[in-house]
Amino acid sequence: MSVGAPRGLASSGQKPIAEILHPLSAAEEPLSPGPDVTVNVGGDKEAVLTNGTPVETSSPTSASSLFNRLQLDDDLEADARDPYASMETRDLFVTVDDPKKHVSTMETYITYRVSTKTTRIEFDLPEYSVRRRYQDFDWLRIKLEDSQPTHLIPPLPEKFVMKGVVDRFSEEFVETRMKALDKFLKRVADHPVLSFNPHLNAFLSAKDLNKRQGLALLTKVGESVKHVAGGYKLRARPAEFCAMGEYLDTFSQKLGTIDRIAQRIIKEQSEYLTELREYGTVYSSWAGSEEELRRPLEGVAGCVTTCCSSLEEQSENMSQDFLPVLREYILYIESMKNVLRKRDQSQAEYEGRLEAAVLRKQEDRTPMPVEVEKCQDKVECFNADLKADWERWQSNKRQDFKQLLTGMADKNINYYEKVRWLLCVITLHAAKTWALNIFGKILLSCDH
Amino acid sequence: MRVGSPATSGGRKMAEDGREESVVSDDDSDYLGADGSLSNTMVEEGCTLLRRMEICVAEAEKRSGKNAVNMQETFTVYLIETRPMDAVAEGRNPAPDSLWRRYSEFELLRSNLVVTYPYIVVPPLPEKRAEFVWHKLSADNMDPDFVERRRVGLENFLLRVASHPVLSNDKILHHFLTEENGWKEVVYETGFQAKADSRLRALSATFRVRNTDKRFMDMKRYSDELQSHTSQLLRARARVADRLYGVFKVHGNYGRVFSEWSAIEKEMGDGLQSAGHHMDAYAASIDDILEEEEHYADQLKEYLFYAEALRAVCRKHELTQFELEVATQDLISKKQQREELATGIVRTFSFKGMTNKLFGQEAPEQREARLKLLEELIAEGEEAVKEKTAECEEHVERAWVDIQRFEEQKDKDLQEALINYAVMQINMCKKGIQVWSNAKECFLKM
Repeated sequence: MSVGAPRGLASSGQKPIAEILHPLSAAEEPLSPGPDVTVNVGGDKEAVLTNGTPVETSSPTSASSLFNRLQLDDDLEADARDPYASMETRDLFVTVDDPKKHVSTMETYITYRVSTKTTRIEFDLPEYSVRRRYQDFDWLRIKLEDSQPTHLIPPLPEKFVMKGVVDRFSEEFVETRMKALDKFLKRVADHPVLSFNPHLNAFLSAKDLNKRQGLALLTKVGESVKHVAGGYKLRARPAEFCAMGEYLDTFSQKLGTIDRIAQRIIKEQSEYLTELREYGTVYSSWAGSEEELRRPLEGVAGCVTTCCSSLEEQSENMSQDFLPVLREYILYIESMKNVLRKRDQSQAEYEGRLEAAVLRKQEDRTPMPVEVEKCQDKVECFNADLKADWERWQSNKRQDFKQLLTGMADKNINYYEKVRWLLCVITLHAAKTWALNIFGKILLSCDH
Repeated sequence: MRVGSPATSGGRKMAEDGREESVVSDDDSDYLGADGSLSNTMVEEGCTLLRRMEICVAEAEKRSGKNAVNMQETFTVYLIETRPMDAVAEGRNPAPDSLWRRYSEFELLRSNLVVTYPYIVVPPLPEKRAEFVWHKLSADNMDPDFVERRRVGLENFLLRVASHPVLSNDKILHHFLTEENGWKEVVYETGFQAKADSRLRALSATFRVRNTDKRFMDMKRYSDELQSHTSQLLRARARVADRLYGVFKVHGNYGRVFSEWSAIEKEMGDGLQSAGHHMDAYAASIDDILEEEEHYADQLKEYLFYAEALRAVCRKHELTQFELEVATQDLISKKQQREELATGIVRTFSFKGMTNKLFGQEAPEQREARLKLLEELIAEGEEAVKEKTAECEEHVERAWVDIQRFEEQKDKDLQEALINYAVMQINMCKKGIQVWSNAKECFLKM
């Protein structure tokens, strides 16, 4: 399917938001991902880990979960409000999968396959497949932050892990990290401004990423120096940004609490599991000394054992799927707070310069210097970008948490369903061979 | 189904429900003392007390009084209500007779039954103190939940005793159910406590007996295993309950945090808030679940204590067998002595033989006197052996009948208990599914 010619790169900067056309707004008709596009890497293809086990790469912004979202979310109105939520016009699909370990004389590290499918003309080819390591993602993020300081950049998973505590090459760690990297990239690719960033282009397409890391480091340093040197004091922060800040603080706190609760549950469940296993073995050993009772006792023992393995699975899911997403959002919130601070800075700078200029003007009647106007534009742009990004972030957050929490509920439901089914089977079997007057009672219980 | 008299072989199990017709043509009096010559042991017919009388332990009450050392104490009494069965069947609804008994009186009744019927696996009482508690359950005897479960246990005890083909005819039992005052005195007057086998005797018999019935030894071993397994199970179950309680209660924290979170959200607020309520409900549901499981634990406990009763019957066998062996040995040695005296040939070493050698043979008159004494002793001894043999055989026969009855009862009861337990777990799963589905609905609406 072809897209109407985009109007060139949309970049933030000096133009106020109203003047920047949506790059895809020229499209004649709404595009829905057609059958060929749905064969994108994000949806149906099963990615595999190095040992051959399939990897689930579903994130709220992949095409397949798109359809899920459409089913889940009756309220399309809300998404229509978001000017950037044009799901039908998506033309850039990215996926991170296939982790592989590389051993060299200097170091050992993991690379991931980054696959891209796109119809955008900014890209030379419609498809790309490159291998990237965490360092590369980090480079990309820094570049994005530097070149788009007024936008919210999605977070990366934690960079440093305690060598002794976490095994950097364990399956679980690698998978968790990969999912987070995948989510990061998808969020960037979804962003109407960030996705057109040339660094992203390079990241997705270049055979060898010429990172010039040294320069990046310099830039980072420069940035922070600028901040310190700025030193302007902010007069009055607009109410909406105050509200944002407060919201982020409280939200971050609540997420932290949920994280602690989830960890506590995992711990309690593990202790419960220990006792439950012991419990099952007692039934087994009792069965050994009985005749008539042997079958029912063994039945209960078997059920307890299965219960244990189901519970173990459920706990693992919590650790691997639930907690990482929570933690990633906490990181996201941190980076957002940073952006808010930067916004404050630029507003403070503008106000400071303005004040200075006004004073000078009063003294010697010089016209308003260009820098002041530039600052004003910068602030206005920043505010507009931030507001737009905020709405978008809120919407995504809602989807993410809806998915996360329904996933948690589903896991629990599955666990109970499994156990109930097993118990019904055992009980009905026992009833068949023995008391038929109890049979009726059990049928009643097994019924939905 | 008629139960054969215990003297015949092949006595089979006794149906315990009231499906058969009452054959006794006695009057409705609560005593089976119509013919006065009630022997406290055998009954011919399968007519148990329970079929003639409705029994229940209706209530429990706290009382205060002075105990044996004249100190104030608080204790619980239980109301026993009885009604003649045919009055109920005829549709008349007479007020039940009732009296109050405390736990110690139940204990006295049971001790009496154990001594009087050593060949019966006597149903056990509910536990005296709360054991195998998981953390929330109170170990206090005055705790209302404990008292209630004990009330049920005491009723169960009475029902089991009253439906037992042998025990249900016991006079002391009847007194217990009908005469509030003076019952204790009547029991003590029987002097049963003197008849009780001393621990020491029983222990000694266990070690020194030689030819025990293999079935009883196997049964004794089984009773040990049953006791060990049920107590292990009860302990493990209590630990599991403790942990499960923790898991559920932590989920309650979700309720609180979702509620706080919902306050800062716009579209997500309602869904989060409602989901939080469901998490609270989930956390609260564990209390009922574990309360219900206590019933299962009580059923296990009954058989834990039943194991002890079974072992007691086996030990009694050892004792009777041992006493028989002792009596037999005694008789043999006396006969040997007689032979020695009569023939003058000393086969075995004896003190008398020694003194004879040292101081010379005794006078014929002395020998005569001794022989005569010996004959008397031998006659006594033969009586004793006959008695002991009869006692031993009788015990073996009757006990084996009751042991088989017990085994069938145990298999049936425990199977039912296990199935009910499984059903309980199924219901718990259903509740879990319900709560999480509700929460999921709320999440979907976020």
